Amino acid sequence: MTTTESNPSAPTERSVPKPVFTDAEAGAKEFPDSSPAARRYNYFTPAKRKQTHYEDVTVEVQPDPRHYLAQGWIYGFADGTNGYPLHWTKLKAWGVDEPEPARGVGTGAMHVQNWPAHGWHEFRDPNEEWEQSLYRYNANVVRQLTQNVDNARHAKAFELWTPNWIRFVERNVGAWMHIEHILGLYVFAANERSGPTNMHNTAMAVNSTRKIRFAQDLALYNLTLTEEIDGFDGTAHVEAWNSDAEWQGARKVCEALTAVQDDWGEAIFAANIVFEPLIGELFRSNLVMQAAAGNGDFVTPTVMGAGEFDYAQRDLRWTIACFGPLAEDREFAAHNKELMQGWLSHWVPQALEAARTMQPMWSQADHKPPRFEDALDRAKSRFAGICRDLNLDTPEELKQ
Amino acid sequence: MSRQSLAKAHQKIQELAWEPQYHEPYMKYGTDYTFRKAAKKDPLKQVLRSYFPMEEEKDHRVYGAQDGAIRGNMFRQVQERWLEWQKLFLSIIPLPEISAARSMPMLFHAVPNPELHNGQAIQMIDEVRHSTIQQNLKRLYMNNYIDPAGFNNSLRNFQTDYCGTIGRQFAEGFITGDAITAASIYLTIVAETAFTNTLFVAMPAEAAANGDYLLPTVFHSVQSDESRHISNGYATLLMALSDEDNRQLLERDLRYAWWNNHRVVDAAIGTFIEYGTKDRRKDRESYAEMWRRWIYDDYYRSYLLPLEKYGLVIPHDLVEESWKQIWEKGYVHEVAQFFATGWLANYWRIDGMTDEDFEWFEYKYPGWYDKYGKWWENYSRLATPNGHNPIIFEDVDYVYPHRCWTCMVPCLVREDMVMQEVDGQWRTYCHEVCRWTDAEAFRPTYQGRETPNMGRLVGHREWETLYHGWNFADVVKDMGFVRDDGKTMTAQPHLNLDPKKMWTLDHMRRCPTFVSPNVTLNEMTDAEREAFRADYVRQGPAGRPAPKDA
Repeated sequence: MTTTESNPSAPTERSVPKPVFTDAEAGAKEFPDSSPAARRYNYFTPAKRKQTHYEDVTVEVQPDPRHYLAQGWIYGFADGTNGYPLHWTKLKAWGVDEPEPARGVGTGAMHVQNWPAHGWHEFRDPNEEWEQSLYRYNANVVRQLTQNVDNARHAKAFELWTPNWIRFVERNVGAWMHIEHILGLYVFAANERSGPTNMHNTAMAVNSTRKIRFAQDLALYNLTLTEEIDGFDGTAHVEAWNSDAEWQGARKVCEALTAVQDDWGEAIFAANIVFEPLIGELFRSNLVMQAAAGNGDFVTPTVMGAGEFDYAQRDLRWTIACFGPLAEDREFAAHNKELMQGWLSHWVPQALEAARTMQPMWSQADHKPPRFEDALDRAKSRFAGICRDLNLDTPEELKQ
Repeated sequence: MSRQSLAKAHQKIQELAWEPQYHEPYMKYGTDYTFRKAAKKDPLKQVLRSYFPMEEEKDHRVYGAQDGAIRGNMFRQVQERWLEWQKLFLSIIPLPEISAARSMPMLFHAVPNPELHNGQAIQMIDEVRHSTIQQNLKRLYMNNYIDPAGFNNSLRNFQTDYCGTIGRQFAEGFITGDAITAASIYLTIVAETAFTNTLFVAMPAEAAANGDYLLPTVFHSVQSDESRHISNGYATLLMALSDEDNRQLLERDLRYAWWNNHRVVDAAIGTFIEYGTKDRRKDRESYAEMWRRWIYDDYYRSYLLPLEKYGLVIPHDLVEESWKQIWEKGYVHEVAQFFATGWLANYWRIDGMTDEDFEWFEYKYPGWYDKYGKWWENYSRLATPNGHNPIIFEDVDYVYPHRCWTCMVPCLVREDMVMQEVDGQWRTYCHEVCRWTDAEAFRPTYQGRETPNMGRLVGHREWETLYHGWNFADVVKDMGFVRDDGKTMTAQPHLNLDPKKMWTLDHMRRCPTFVSPNVTLNEMTDAEREAFRADYVRQGPAGRPAPKDA
């Protein structure tokens, strides 16, 4: 049979849905709500004049019984709490002590007209994180890192490393991956169920994502080094993390952050306001990134630098936007400041003690970085600046 | 991904596993399950170095398709009947998605296996993706579809309306109560493994048949992540099964989760697929056929049954009963009829059924016309305002149903309704299993065993209670389901956008006072209540009053 001959046994028509012209596109007719003004989400007040894409996909997704949730939460925990309780942190935002609408027989929905009814809903993540931004950002980071490491491999860059620097990277840079992993999973992810709004919880989830990614970046970098450098011990980081005296202080504080009792605010504050500048940046910026070049290593700073950018440009940014306004809250500024000052007094001494236990690492490489005391001063200065940004007093304990 | 193999990379990141040395993490969420044996491997084997670029690529495809749909004027071919139901669906689904993200920390606390936490963290990120990508799809519909009303006030509507509250079980159920019951059994073992098949695969296929290829684009992209989540649930389930003490709880939770998913998901998705479509080809699958394939064969027979050999007690009776509800008792048809009866309490427009629809229903569900045909003819007759009231207030042989206290879908299969006084209140339940869920399962003891972490069913679960004694014009205004002229209702029982054919608050003003069935029930004497029960279970099908002669 040639292709021009018909096949009498072939079905005449496949069963498929038929396209139909419906003219159901915007503007096809005029009727109430057909105007362009009706084509915006109208159930929330944007932070600025024009609502952002981030707000459109984030605000109000997590309900609040003080706003529209007419029938209230429908599942409760055994102790009677339900939804996203505002008391899962001791911090307070204006309006939280006002009672929820008491709904019942014949009350109607009792939507709260003056919204926001409490200050927690004023928070917006300045990073405007949603799925597009978070995947673009992190995909760019892992692509760039992969290229950097591949390039170094092709250029035989690791051959330039001194034996002491190899030991330093396998133990100390390796040990840092554990801190990022624990903070990512057991501080940031562990608390993303606890915040009062979708904006808070999504910011915590995305912060967690960056931390877990950075931990894995370091682990996979460690794997590459194991494959590329003769004698590089890919398991030494575990031993260093478990046993090296200079890591036990940081480990203790890191683990303490996971043990904060029922207060997401304290856990996130202590991690991003205290731990990160006084221990994280101290190690990443003021030790590893300063010491590497002198020891023939131009690769590790690019890996560390990605994590440093995560913190400096995104993690810290949303944290300031979250906690800063609470220190100036129109109703609870004094309460919040006292609370946060208390947190500083509790966490800063622990962080400084941990930082000092890390001091021997400054002497381990052949080419020494700037002195530990200078590095710590820089970290303290950075921390003091963050306190100023939050309108908090630099704690006395920083002088220790 | 670099040259390192995925397996090798995954093996490496296991070195990150943490054994606390100085401080134990705070355990915020409790469970009555115990995990003393048999740690399982992370089944996902996913590392973020490959995950992020993969998801970014998936995003490129989704957003590329969205651009193409707008440039290609997709909305000139979209069926309004279909897209109107998306106003309901897309108002609900972003919350279940983000709630799934929020449930993952509950598992970090409850499942003592660091290797599984890696997969759970990736699921958390996936769910943030799903919630925001769905909010974004709704935004696109709002901007480009002919009628933005209902999309533009979506999340206010969803939080105010009874349909949204029914849907919220599929969210709050993931994040509240016993951590394993909520985040593992209800979410991953039943909702994601069984019912996302109808949500994210069957329903998008119907969307495409109605000229909307963006819903499939977005939801198939979502569904490609779900397979990972299914693996998370499976690994946790196997861990739970290794401990004999968990078997009783597993049996309880599977029964609750299965039945609640059936009640909620089959009600909603069944209605969308059967009553939201214009595709009446006889060889296209009905919801019942899809259910048989996706839920009965793929989930029940292929996934659940093999777990029996590990000691899992499978709720065979409930699987069969669910099928019976769909096939013999017309569950989906009853729900669709109820949605349409109460169109005035909604925020989308519901198209009437035509002769072509009748023919299809009769072909797929023999006997359908005798039960439901006349009512739908009345629905069309009463669709545009012409001196009469909305169908709910007209005599069309339909008794407004009582609501099920547990699943909050009304007691539509009337013969199955049961009632009980629980916590000092008389409650109606759509089925014995829903009664059991409230009165026995969600309690601090279960069959004599202490279950201190089990959640509670709380809230104003009967929506009608809030509006007891109200005029419906005030109800609609209070809920905010009014268009920008201040009087035309967002909801309509037809698709005609001619303002003269649309119902307004003025039409509602002349309707009778609305009363809450549950408030009324609790005002009855015991004898009256028993008489009510005896009458109710003789009602139906299609909401018909009980026969007078019996």
